[in-house]
Amino acid sequence: MANAHVHPETQEERLIEEHGYDDHFHEHHHGDKFQSNFLTTYIFSQDHKIIARQFLITGMIWAIIGGLMSLVFRLQLGFPDESLAWLKPVLGKWITVSEAGVGTLSQEFYYALVTMHGTIIVFFVLTAGLSGTFSNLLIPLQVGARDMASPFLNMLSYWFFFLASVVMFASLFLSTGPFAGGWTAYPPLSALPQASDGSGTGMTLWIISLVFFVVSVLLGGINYITTVLNLRTKGMSMWRMPLTIWAFFVTAILGLLSFPVLASGFFLLMFDRGLGTSFYLSEIFIGGQALDHVGGSPILYQHLFWFLGHPEVYIIILPAMGIVSEVLSVHARKAIFGYKAMVYSILAIGFLSFIVWAHHMFMSGVNPFISNFFVIFTLIIAVPSAVKVFNWITTLYKGNIRFTAASLFAIGFVSMFISGGLTGIFLGNSAIDIQMHDTYFVVAHFHIVMGVAAFFGMFAGVYHWFPKMFGRFMNETLGKIHFWITMVGAYAIFWPMHYLGMAGVPRRYYRFDTFETFRHFAEMNKFITVAAVIVFAAQLLLVINFFYSIWKGKKMTNPNPWGASTLEWTTPINVGHGNWTGKIPAVQRWPYDYGKDGREFIPQIEPLKDGESDGGH
Amino acid sequence: MASTDTALEKEVHQHGGDWSGGTEPFRISYGKLMMWYFLLSDAFTFAGFLIAYGALRFSSPTWPVPDYVFKTHPFGKTELPLIFVTVMSFLLIISSVTMVRAVQEGHRENRRGVVLWMLLTVLGGVGFLSCQGWEWTNLIGREHMSVTTNPFGTHTEAGVYLDENGKESEETFRAGSSYIMHKAAVVNDEHAEAAEGHGGESHAEAGDHGEESHAEGGEHHTMTVMKSELPMDKPGFYVDERGYIHRKFKTSEGISSGDVQIEAFGPSAFGALFFFITGFHGFHVLSGVVFLLIILINAASGLYVSRKNGYEMVEKIGLYWHFVDLVWVFVFLVFYLL
Repeated sequence: MANAHVHPETQEERLIEEHGYDDHFHEHHHGDKFQSNFLTTYIFSQDHKIIARQFLITGMIWAIIGGLMSLVFRLQLGFPDESLAWLKPVLGKWITVSEAGVGTLSQEFYYALVTMHGTIIVFFVLTAGLSGTFSNLLIPLQVGARDMASPFLNMLSYWFFFLASVVMFASLFLSTGPFAGGWTAYPPLSALPQASDGSGTGMTLWIISLVFFVVSVLLGGINYITTVLNLRTKGMSMWRMPLTIWAFFVTAILGLLSFPVLASGFFLLMFDRGLGTSFYLSEIFIGGQALDHVGGSPILYQHLFWFLGHPEVYIIILPAMGIVSEVLSVHARKAIFGYKAMVYSILAIGFLSFIVWAHHMFMSGVNPFISNFFVIFTLIIAVPSAVKVFNWITTLYKGNIRFTAASLFAIGFVSMFISGGLTGIFLGNSAIDIQMHDTYFVVAHFHIVMGVAAFFGMFAGVYHWFPKMFGRFMNETLGKIHFWITMVGAYAIFWPMHYLGMAGVPRRYYRFDTFETFRHFAEMNKFITVAAVIVFAAQLLLVINFFYSIWKGKKMTNPNPWGASTLEWTTPINVGHGNWTGKIPAVQRWPYDYGKDGREFIPQIEPLKDGESDGGH
Repeated sequence: MASTDTALEKEVHQHGGDWSGGTEPFRISYGKLMMWYFLLSDAFTFAGFLIAYGALRFSSPTWPVPDYVFKTHPFGKTELPLIFVTVMSFLLIISSVTMVRAVQEGHRENRRGVVLWMLLTVLGGVGFLSCQGWEWTNLIGREHMSVTTNPFGTHTEAGVYLDENGKESEETFRAGSSYIMHKAAVVNDEHAEAAEGHGGESHAEAGDHGEESHAEGGEHHTMTVMKSELPMDKPGFYVDERGYIHRKFKTSEGISSGDVQIEAFGPSAFGALFFFITGFHGFHVLSGVVFLLIILINAASGLYVSRKNGYEMVEKIGLYWHFVDLVWVFVFLVFYLL
């Protein structure tokens, strides 16, 4: 870190040296304070880039666990008569082997698998693993900051997530099994420890884990918002921020306002579980015995839960949207179409996400007239969403698209978002919801629009910023194979589910071959299961590619391999703590000057020429 | 370089200054900004609770009247509705004023002033917590309210209480009037002999309690009963398994006019919400006091004298303290006034 005044070699370094400003960062030896030994460099690191990698790798581990769980219950659904005895070594007592050697999956554990799959993927993978990773990595780098506003709280944010992970992981090994009442944890299944096997200790650990998780999200969110507002470099006005930053910023605000309400709901739930209160319980009979609980309201829990739950799906999808906007623009070598419209649509989606939560509760006994209000705002969300979709498509239109793994996944995201978004319009309608609710139509809808789409955004981000994270490239060929299998496979899994749903096949059932009405879907369920196994196997390509490339991937020689104009590519190849070795770059223009004035791209740090107008304005 | 600076200044001018990057748009440091956002999220937590309160209260057919519930005072004073909680709230509000003075002294870089006013703030906080401690002790220990049981009920029809022989007494009530159910002193059977030996004493204790806190309670709840006798049905009252005394009365209006009924518990959500929400707020005050003490010690040690941002920590804990006060205003409103 001694080279505080580097000799400028490249054009970028010259520009930073000339226009940037000196905050005397390296004269204070911050680097030494934060990264003096292995423990402070890699484990309890306060460097946002290390924390980002910690979030990513923890998220990947959870994605594998959550994915494997889905395979087990898909095998049950696709092949209900086949023996699962071969899973006995892993699942132990949850598989009962008959005398004939046929292994059957425990029904309780089936519910536990479905519940844990949802909890893990929604919270640990697509919230922490996606927004945690990329907000940490990109916010300081793209706004031109040395680090987050509070690196210490940022470190705590990861470690609270880690704690949440440990508690949730431990709950998988309980003799009574993990919580099995669905990822939404509705009372009474979640409120009465005697309600089911998983409602006892399993639910206790579930709720403790998620309270830690809420703390993690809040610590992270406060940091992201403050960093975006206060730590932007000179010239980085709000209208010059890349769309990734806008997306992370609004995501953090959504998290900051919705997760505390979930925490309120959980605290009341804890009282119901532990102290015998009746916030959510009224007139319950177990085994013919009336319980003492009177006067509570299970609908109250649903309101508190979905006040988080709906913004949560935008907490998942907005970072993916931001990443996709950036990746599409860079790889289409074109400015993003309608930058301001993109920003306003992010803001509109963020706002609307707070006033649509009851569309998850149309059939739960809320007043049907209240539903009308929520139907209208739900359908209005289609407007900003469509604005974004059209802008992505017009960004691609007549672009010189480089079909890298990153850009393919970004294009795949757009496809998934359209397919899943359209079915959302059906489900947002309270009348159609009478038929569709709690069926595979819902499962198909949200898996495509926020599951697969968000994963695609994440993959696009991983392939695109991998060089920034590790100084090496991932294998492109493997990446493309990964993309095509996943793209085709994801549709193969979820497309047929729409038909199941329209026929009224309910979700969360243990098997369908026992129902005369649903028996003819057996082949379709088999098909879905086979597709799921193939798609999961394809994800291993990513994992192998990822870890192989960390150590053996092609080395980066050019600090700006994609020819992107944003600030993160002006840092050295091996970025140290503090991000820039010398001065902090000053920003002179918006982030999307591609193909302008006959140049492929113009970095944000290059001053505007006389008479040249800034794109964002 | 000079030309760049001018160009940047022009930029700053064009794009509204504070928001053009390289500055703090709200003109406050990141630390204070983070405190503001934390408070915003905390406000949503409390909002979640208060909305739960509203939902449960308005789905409940009756709700205890605050003037009736919160009228007891230390030193044996009764029948003074809300005076004690007013004193307690006053302490907390005053501690906000002293906090403002501490922050002001911080701006003046007057270490002794900061320490003095923060000390007074801590006293206010501790005073509030002590009052809350007394209030809880009184509600739990003497009035037998818990998170699951609420002895504060409301009559929905007018009527008249029955006396010990099951005859109509002089004691009448209107619809909407409040009552509290008392608890009999319950003695375990294995200690029956001992209890009989001390019967006079425990009888007297229970009697004191009854007369002292609730004059309208009547005679029969000053009794001692043996556990094996419960539940106990008498002409004038009924004692349930846990020893709560339900008085009997005859209604004098409505379709059930003339029926003999027993007093029922009030909505249990009242007790649960009261202890939960005031407890959650009290926990905030407690953590505030702890942080105030830490920062007080830091300030006294001269730690902030050499800091670039001076006494900003005092300002940050001040923001938190005012927030806790503001939340109390809402808690006070819903539990004591509405």
